[in-house]
Amino acid sequence: MAEARNTRPPHGPGGRQGHGYQRPQDLRGTVGKLLGYVAQYKLLLLGVMACLLISSLGSVAASYLIKPLINDYILPGDFTGLFKMLAVMGGLYAVSAAASFTYARTMVRISQHTVAALRQDLFNKLQTLPISYFDTNQSGDLMSRFTNDIDTVSELINSSLASILSSSLTFVSTFVMMLVLNWQLTLITVFFLLMMGVVVAVIGGRSRTNFQTQQRSLGAVNGYIEEMIEGQKVIKVFNHEKKAVARFTELNAAYRDAATRAQSYAGSMMPAMGNLSRINYAVTCCVGGLLAIGGVFDVGSLGAYLVYVRQVSQPVAQISQQVNVILAAIAGAERIFAVMEQSPEIDEGKTVLVRVEKSGGTLTETERRTGCWAWKAPDGTLTELRGDVRFHDVTFGYTDQKTVLHHVSLWAEPGQKIAFVGSTGAGKTTVTNLINRFYDVQSGSITYDGINVKDIRKESLRRSLGIVLQETRLFTGTVADNIRYGTPDATDEEVRAAARLANADTFIRHLPQGYDTVLTGNGESLSQGERQLLAIARAAVSDPPVLILDEATSSIDTRTEKLIERGMDSLMEGRTVFVIAHRLSTVRNAQAILVLEQGEIVERGDHHQLLAQKGRYYHLYTGQAELG
Amino acid sequence: MIRKLLPYTRGYRWWILGGILCSAAESVLELMLPNAMSDIVDVGIAGGDRSYILASGLKMLVMALLALSGGVGAALLAAKAGMGFGAQLRQAEYEQVQRFSFANIERFSTASLITRLTSDVASMQVTLMMSMRIFVRAPVMLITALVMALRISLPLSQVFLVSIPLLLLAVVVLVTKVGPFFTALQKATDDVNLVVQENLNAIRVVKSFVRETEETEKFAGRNRHLRDTAMRAFGFVVLFMPFITLVMGGTIVAILWIGGHYVGAGSMLSGDLIAFFTYATEILMSLMMVSMVLMMLTRSIACGKRIVEVLTQQPEITDELADPALTVENGAIRFEHVYFKYHPTAEGWNLEDVNLTIESGMTVGILGGTGSAKTTLVSLIPRLYEVNGGAVYVGGHNVKDYTMEALRDGCAMVLQKNTLFSGTVAENLRWGKADATDEELQSACAVACADEFIRAMPEGYESRIEQGGANVSGGQKQRLCIARAILRQPKILILDDSTSAVDTATDARIRDGLRQVLPGTTKLMIAQRITSVMDADLIVVLDDGNISGVGTHEELLAGNRIYQEVYESQQEGVSIDG
Repeated sequence: MAEARNTRPPHGPGGRQGHGYQRPQDLRGTVGKLLGYVAQYKLLLLGVMACLLISSLGSVAASYLIKPLINDYILPGDFTGLFKMLAVMGGLYAVSAAASFTYARTMVRISQHTVAALRQDLFNKLQTLPISYFDTNQSGDLMSRFTNDIDTVSELINSSLASILSSSLTFVSTFVMMLVLNWQLTLITVFFLLMMGVVVAVIGGRSRTNFQTQQRSLGAVNGYIEEMIEGQKVIKVFNHEKKAVARFTELNAAYRDAATRAQSYAGSMMPAMGNLSRINYAVTCCVGGLLAIGGVFDVGSLGAYLVYVRQVSQPVAQISQQVNVILAAIAGAERIFAVMEQSPEIDEGKTVLVRVEKSGGTLTETERRTGCWAWKAPDGTLTELRGDVRFHDVTFGYTDQKTVLHHVSLWAEPGQKIAFVGSTGAGKTTVTNLINRFYDVQSGSITYDGINVKDIRKESLRRSLGIVLQETRLFTGTVADNIRYGTPDATDEEVRAAARLANADTFIRHLPQGYDTVLTGNGESLSQGERQLLAIARAAVSDPPVLILDEATSSIDTRTEKLIERGMDSLMEGRTVFVIAHRLSTVRNAQAILVLEQGEIVERGDHHQLLAQKGRYYHLYTGQAELG
Repeated sequence: MIRKLLPYTRGYRWWILGGILCSAAESVLELMLPNAMSDIVDVGIAGGDRSYILASGLKMLVMALLALSGGVGAALLAAKAGMGFGAQLRQAEYEQVQRFSFANIERFSTASLITRLTSDVASMQVTLMMSMRIFVRAPVMLITALVMALRISLPLSQVFLVSIPLLLLAVVVLVTKVGPFFTALQKATDDVNLVVQENLNAIRVVKSFVRETEETEKFAGRNRHLRDTAMRAFGFVVLFMPFITLVMGGTIVAILWIGGHYVGAGSMLSGDLIAFFTYATEILMSLMMVSMVLMMLTRSIACGKRIVEVLTQQPEITDELADPALTVENGAIRFEHVYFKYHPTAEGWNLEDVNLTIESGMTVGILGGTGSAKTTLVSLIPRLYEVNGGAVYVGGHNVKDYTMEALRDGCAMVLQKNTLFSGTVAENLRWGKADATDEELQSACAVACADEFIRAMPEGYESRIEQGGANVSGGQKQRLCIARAILRQPKILILDDSTSAVDTATDARIRDGLRQVLPGTTKLMIAQRITSVMDADLIVVLDDGNISGVGTHEELLAGNRIYQEVYESQQEGVSIDG
């Protein structure tokens, strides 16, 4: 279990976000949306309400029977009558139990279905969001929507909703019964209920502000723990342990004090409420006794009345406890709906990628894996996919304030290897982000085999591009599953061939279960270099017409890189390839090397031409300028 | 487990005791109320004695007020004790982690350690706080109510002989059965979260390979499984409440039937009957409370176990055999028949019979492919790991003879996966030397070629570094880390691939600078680029945990196959250099 918990983000309850106690911004709107999710269970909910009503009325009525039982049957000694009444009472309890069972089961069903639907919608939504959303929002923050926020909403629907409904029902029916029994005595209870209201307002208010302080200092401690544990090895190397403890001690003590205050208020609430109810009980008892002597009131009524006195404060206490849960849940729901309201990735492209068969100049669409692809325009015309990519005067910035690419024009002919070099922030990765439309250009255009990429359906566009990213991401699953990630129907032989091409076959076969070895935690058991080899194999198996290699070999040592060079060469053969590389030795044999500097192409040419120019490339190559 | 956690209540034991007493007092007082009430009914009302009623009423009021102060007192003391215990536990666990060696840390993984320090401790402190109240209240209420009921009527109490075992059975079934249900639920939750986490981290891969549909289906499957598991788990838990209602109703009916006969026969007063079934409800309620607490406890036991695992983990490397007076005098290093492996159960060695002698003040380059144990080799010098066989000598003494503090003061290491901490640039640099002056910082940064870009930052040395150094580039981060190590003025400086993101010219400048400012320091450099090591006094070539060759550039180029291959693979770039 310890290991399973590792998959959780380190922002547990009260993690760095620490938004457990925020108040919702738009209470009505959020509640409306939540109700929308529950709405389809309208009939079931009506059933739940009915059951709740039956169950609360059942117990209230059963208690009400105590009065006639004592006065009319026990005291006069009518035991056949008592038997009948007790049978009724037992029946009431049984019905009440049955009703409460039914509604609890139904609520579990409704709440779990609702939460599952909410979770699914949230996940589906994430899949449609543009990359820019993920670039601007931390994954830990998004993750906490799935964990903390969904949990609080689930808690709300699962227990709070039912408990509020049943508490309100119990309260109202109990109160009515008390009025029926004796309205004078009820005045006493009203007074104490008002007192409880004051307690809730005063202690509750204090408790909330103190809770906010507590959450803040908890966030500080947990944030510090997270940072220090992540840097633990550096702490050891620098003998920094004592200092790391000193600061922690301060934060820990601050949290302890804040938490003690907050918990003192929160913890006093229940005993205060409970004991107010008991004082009420004592006073009622005394006054009721005096009234009974005066003959206004009989003993049986007093007995039943006192049971109600004990009952009436419970729902109040329960609801007052739920208020914070409800507010937290609505704030959580608000954050969930905020994600759902993000606008999705726009895809207005109509041109799709199809498999074709080529026989003497004419193309025919086919289902078979021919290795031949074509673009199918909405009007049905087929254009062969060749891998001709052009940028026409492209200007782009991730934000409006900062332009990253300025009027970039470039062309890659089918089968050409185009390399980008330049320092960090020069815009190399941005170029590839635009080709596969992770981002859209602001002005200018990009064409792919003469078709504007905006007219191509994103799915088709991305299928035609194989990408190896700088940072390798692997999924939990076997090595083979990871290699065939983009091509689920690849055969074992194809998987192996791709692995051999990437020179990954050797190390894979050395793994405990070879290709069936299960990788977990982003392949943490493998070295950086090995993971990159897997990523290359993953791209190779999908056999894409155009390949984008973004620092694909940065973690592979030069000797191994030399070993996979032939594989890489055959992988690149016949394809248009865009290469971003840190090591200039990797890009030397490119047909065209583009030197990017601050979003502009400053040089273009092949290796020898650029060296001869003695410009930026020459300086980079001879190590006189810094690469990022 | 409890025995292991108990010491951390130190300093709060009086609070705990006080809280328990307050809680017990509240419960007892609360239960005496129905008794006083029955006095009012049976003595006061029956006898028409108003002053008795008033006196009893006053007595009840005092008891209720006392119960109120007991309850609030218990809450305050519980908060104090619970949070104090939590803080001490967190402190102890954190300090324990500070004592861990690298091997200890790796055994747990960072994410798991963070969970154990944060949410697990939080769960433990809440458990103590809650159990101080409820765990005291429930048994006290149970016993008091039982005693009161017995005092009112022994024969009528026989009803409990049926209802209490029934409820106990339900509690036992609930507590034992609920564990597996919730384990399954936790597993299902983790499965769902794993998919989300992987998709968030690898969203570019998902989109590039157009796998949105498959990922959504994968998620849908796990989501359905989670939903069904949750329905089974909670569906089982909700069985409990109706069952309680049923037993409670049955008990009340039985009490009224049997008690009614007693009242009819005159052997029991009607006030007693009312009081009796109030106690009956209390007994059953307290049993229910016990079951809730037990359910909570089963969950926190898991957390407690994980904390104890950390607390009882033996720090692998200690100063036990060290001579506290010993400091690193010079930078001579000697490996003698060193054997090492990370996992005791692994078959092969990560380092096998390594012998190596490095003289003080030498510049040493270390070269080798991925997985050839370069990092492992240098990690043994500051004793980040313990050798399995043989010995490592620094400054003529076995590394085990130094205290860790003395040893690591003497040798600074720039880790491959390095970290900067949130704070200013200067604060980060002063990790190397706490009392370093501004001039010292600047000169160290000048050597590390970091001074220039730091000055270009908006607030220079006072610019803020974000957590993990997220706002500086890879090359800048590496140079800051080197400057931080230079500030230590160590006898041995180890750079583990620390200039990989720095261009060759800067790399060369840094190496020159180091030679000038740290002439007597032994400098070990792991590098990928041959240019970074070719002018070293000694180059060590590693291959799969063995030393393949030791010598100067010329010697290795003449006689070491691996060195030749690496050299050739990097040749083209160098040839233009001249």
